[in-house]
Amino acid sequence: MNELLRRLFFLPEQASTFAVKVDHLHYVLLLTTLAVALGIGAVGLVFLVRYRRRSASDPTPRVLAPVWMEALFIGVPLSLFLLWFVLGFQQFVWVMSPPRDALDVYVTGKQWMWKFTYPGGPSAIDTLVVPAGRPVRLLLTSRDVIHSFYVPDFRMKRDALPGRYTDLWFEAPKPGRHLVLCAEYCGLDHSQMRGEVVVLPPADFDAWQDAQRRNLPVAALPGARIQETMAVRGERVAAAQGCLQCHTVTGAPHIGPTWLGLYGRQEPLEGGGAVLADEAYLTESMMDPLAKVVAGYAPVMPGYHGRLSAEDSGALVEFIKSLRPTRPGVTAAEEPVYVPTGR
Amino acid sequence: MSPPAAESYLTDGRTVWSWLTTHDHKRIGLMFLGLTLFFFLLGGLFALALRIELLTPGRTIMGHLAYNRMFTLHGVTMVWLFMIPAIPSAFGNFLVPLMIGARDVAFPRLNLASVYLYVLGASVTLWGMLEGGADTGWTFYTPYSTTTGTAVLPVLLGVFIIGFSTILTGLNFIATVHTLRAPGLTWMKLPLFVWAIYGTSIIQVLATPVLGMVLLLVALERVVGAGIFDPARGGDPLLFQHLFWFYSHPAVYIMVLPSMGVISEAVCAFSRKNAFSYRMIVYSTLGIAFVGFFTWGHHMFASGQSTFGSGAFGAMSMLVAIFTAIKIFSWLGTLYRGSIALESPLLYTLGFMFFLFFGGMIGVAYATTSLNLHWHDTYSVVAHFHFIMVGATVMAFLAALHYWFPKMSGRCFPAKLANGAAVLIIFGFITTFVPQFLLGNLGMPRRYADYPPHFQSLHVASTAGASLLAFGFLIIAGYLAWSLKSGAVAGDNPWGSEGFEWKSASPPPTHNFSTPPKYPTGPHEYAREEVPHAA
Amino acid sequence: MPPEAVTEHWGSEGARRQAAYLGMWVFIATEVLLFAGLFTAYGVYRSVYPEVFRAAQLTMDVGLGTLNTFLLVTSSILVALAVHAVRGDRPGLGGALLLAAALLGVVFLAVKGVEYAHHVKEGGLPGDAYRFTEVPRVGASLFFTLYFLLTGFHALHVTVGVGVLTVLGVRSAAGTFGAGYATPVELGGMYWHLVDVVWLFVYPILYLA
Repeated sequence: MNELLRRLFFLPEQASTFAVKVDHLHYVLLLTTLAVALGIGAVGLVFLVRYRRRSASDPTPRVLAPVWMEALFIGVPLSLFLLWFVLGFQQFVWVMSPPRDALDVYVTGKQWMWKFTYPGGPSAIDTLVVPAGRPVRLLLTSRDVIHSFYVPDFRMKRDALPGRYTDLWFEAPKPGRHLVLCAEYCGLDHSQMRGEVVVLPPADFDAWQDAQRRNLPVAALPGARIQETMAVRGERVAAAQGCLQCHTVTGAPHIGPTWLGLYGRQEPLEGGGAVLADEAYLTESMMDPLAKVVAGYAPVMPGYHGRLSAEDSGALVEFIKSLRPTRPGVTAAEEPVYVPTGR
Repeated sequence: MSPPAAESYLTDGRTVWSWLTTHDHKRIGLMFLGLTLFFFLLGGLFALALRIELLTPGRTIMGHLAYNRMFTLHGVTMVWLFMIPAIPSAFGNFLVPLMIGARDVAFPRLNLASVYLYVLGASVTLWGMLEGGADTGWTFYTPYSTTTGTAVLPVLLGVFIIGFSTILTGLNFIATVHTLRAPGLTWMKLPLFVWAIYGTSIIQVLATPVLGMVLLLVALERVVGAGIFDPARGGDPLLFQHLFWFYSHPAVYIMVLPSMGVISEAVCAFSRKNAFSYRMIVYSTLGIAFVGFFTWGHHMFASGQSTFGSGAFGAMSMLVAIFTAIKIFSWLGTLYRGSIALESPLLYTLGFMFFLFFGGMIGVAYATTSLNLHWHDTYSVVAHFHFIMVGATVMAFLAALHYWFPKMSGRCFPAKLANGAAVLIIFGFITTFVPQFLLGNLGMPRRYADYPPHFQSLHVASTAGASLLAFGFLIIAGYLAWSLKSGAVAGDNPWGSEGFEWKSASPPPTHNFSTPPKYPTGPHEYAREEVPHAA
Repeated sequence: MPPEAVTEHWGSEGARRQAAYLGMWVFIATEVLLFAGLFTAYGVYRSVYPEVFRAAQLTMDVGLGTLNTFLLVTSSILVALAVHAVRGDRPGLGGALLLAAALLGVVFLAVKGVEYAHHVKEGGLPGDAYRFTEVPRVGASLFFTLYFLLTGFHALHVTVGVGVLTVLGVRSAAGTFGAGYATPVELGGMYWHLVDVVWLFVYPILYLA
């Protein structure tokens, strides 16, 4: 019955404990709606045929609703609506109150990717790995504009707001893969801001987390639905190759120039002149960094010729291109501090 | 246009100048009708472009940026340039003074000013569209709207100016209904359309200033970095949402209340019956106008609003739904034992009732709060508000257009063709928006230029429906334009309606009534025999 | 304005007056809601940054603010007396009182201008232009944004009000109004009282506590 109704209403699979609960209310509501709608349609049709106009001046009686009927028309829907509200709000309170033993994961949305960070490591882009059968609490924030973390299979979403944390919890009973979508319009590639929740059996999850923390290479999670974008790959390469030890992505100068807003900028050179930081210059600086050094920085960067594949260097350029300051002259929002709400 | 009647408001001055400087509420109503129809066409073209783009995942005819601009323009045009002024400013202006036996509205000059403010606001918005258009969505959510590089400012400014036009119209109607009712026309004899416009006006004057202020704050944020809604400067983006929805939720009732008024009139006229429960319709109109101000938070269940705040807003939303349910039962009851004429306005009325019920019930489901977490910001929401705005308001707009076409022009339109077009429109609507409701169930978020392939089949169905709709509108435009010049002369009261607006000639003379009308009974009293209770 | 031309539309002069009053009350309601948005924003941010808002408040010039309150309340009283005078068929006196009230409005704007000049010099400006070093930026820039919005919007209303009072004063002195036709003066007076009442809310939240 559940399966039949689920398919009838085009609902996706039920992959969280909340999905099962909420779908039942959904069925009750929709079936009632359909039944009453059919009733209204039928009554309307009967009236249409039974009382169709036969001549231009048919006499009609003056019919007024008696008080008891008015009371019925107000009372019945009102009590039904309030009943549904009570049922729904119970579920809502339940799903808004994370259990104490939940596994915490920090989620940062930014245009147009999701970043998942586990306390104690590791971090991942666009793929959230969680254990089955254990509640997971997501602490959501955003680096730029409002995003909304939405997993249709879990029947839930929560906005990720810049400058503050919101939270959401779920428990996925079975291993599986579930699409993550951004549900709050966030600009150009809003529709591309997808990710995936991978639910692993608890033992596999522990092994995965352990391997990640010890920085062991892990076999790619099989059959990922999401193709990694070039920029995302670039961020991974930048971390793996140690680029981020000297270059920041926040706008602050470090040993090397920051990457934030670098692409397309005119950079003054050591020894006079300037150069436009385009694809050619960025690639050249990776392969032969000492050829054109930006004024004010020491010529200390090692060359990466032969250490970066063509794909990786391209991905790095794409990553740098993606690092546009949100608006000129203003640095990105500070990462907010998570304040526990005393749950 | 050759005049069917000897002298009417249409023949009282034939120059363009006489129209541009008119204080006649009927001419002002017609100008609003023309303007809003133009923007309905424009918004409809945007909608078609969107539907074509969504035929396939990935790029079909436009890129992401173009798509984002397009859905913003569709929303801004349809909501602010068509939906909000369509029934109140066009039909309200034309009909309210006629229905209450007045010569004009209370402040005719303010009324003309509201046309010009609308034209000015619309021009500024159009200029913004030519500049490339905003890509924020019609909701202008911060901080995206304060940081994006597109032409948001002219669009904000245009909407701001249109807001003042709305306020002037609302102010005028309130004063008109209070002070200009003909002798003998008491409050509880007022036509239900007048009640609906009165309720709408209250919302317009109380909610619109808040929108004006919030749009101004967004504009300031863009120009001087005011920081009110910007977390980087200590502001709170949720405050924007609260202030925005404080206007924009009641604005939904600005769009739907007048359409309920139209339906109340049409249902009585085409079944030759008095309203089944006049007082329930009146009280629920006022109830919607009042409670509608306390439900805005139901747009924010997933935004991080407090749990019990969401609960309070959900419960209030249930109350608003009750008022709508009451009206539907009352309209159905009106058909009972009537003499029902299968004319196009009645067909639209039946479509209206069905769609309003369905759309409304989906709204009730959202108000349970827990179901909302799945549906919020998906195509389910898109389907829900199109059920209300297209399924209800546009159907009522078409019903009004057909019902009062003879009143305005003195001509009849081809009835059979109109019935065919009505059926086509209703089927087109179902095919367009039922798949969108299912898309929402499946988890397709709104405002997506591109989507995973498993959503495609439903999108194709929806686009097919949209082309049916477009075809239906073309037919209507064709025969109405033809009828303006060549339709049969209608006579004063072609429908045999007892609505008060038909007490004057069709089209009416400049000062509406040649002899002062009398009001011995309420509107739509057709009965020859008295039956106090449903037998 | 000679009333005969419009009585046909209105039925009676009484209905016309009633409509004018009602229209003004509705207009005042929209004005109140226009300011309500700003007051809400003030309330929200004051509860988020209580200390900063207090510190910013302490840098306000309470003397000038109080002077302005005094000016506006006085002018409101003058307008009330003017309405009374016109109703009592003494339009000359009414006109003089209205012009005096308008003059007080101008002085109010001048004092406000002096305050604004101070803020510009100190750097107490809204948003990104904020340069004031005495109070930390986060929160205080919001206070000054709201300060300028509230007082700026209010000053805009004062300016409009001064214009209205001047026109009414001149026409009243010329004898246009009288016991039989006082509606424009009464409506103008209502508007000026609205401007005054708004200031009575703006003043304490920005200057006092």
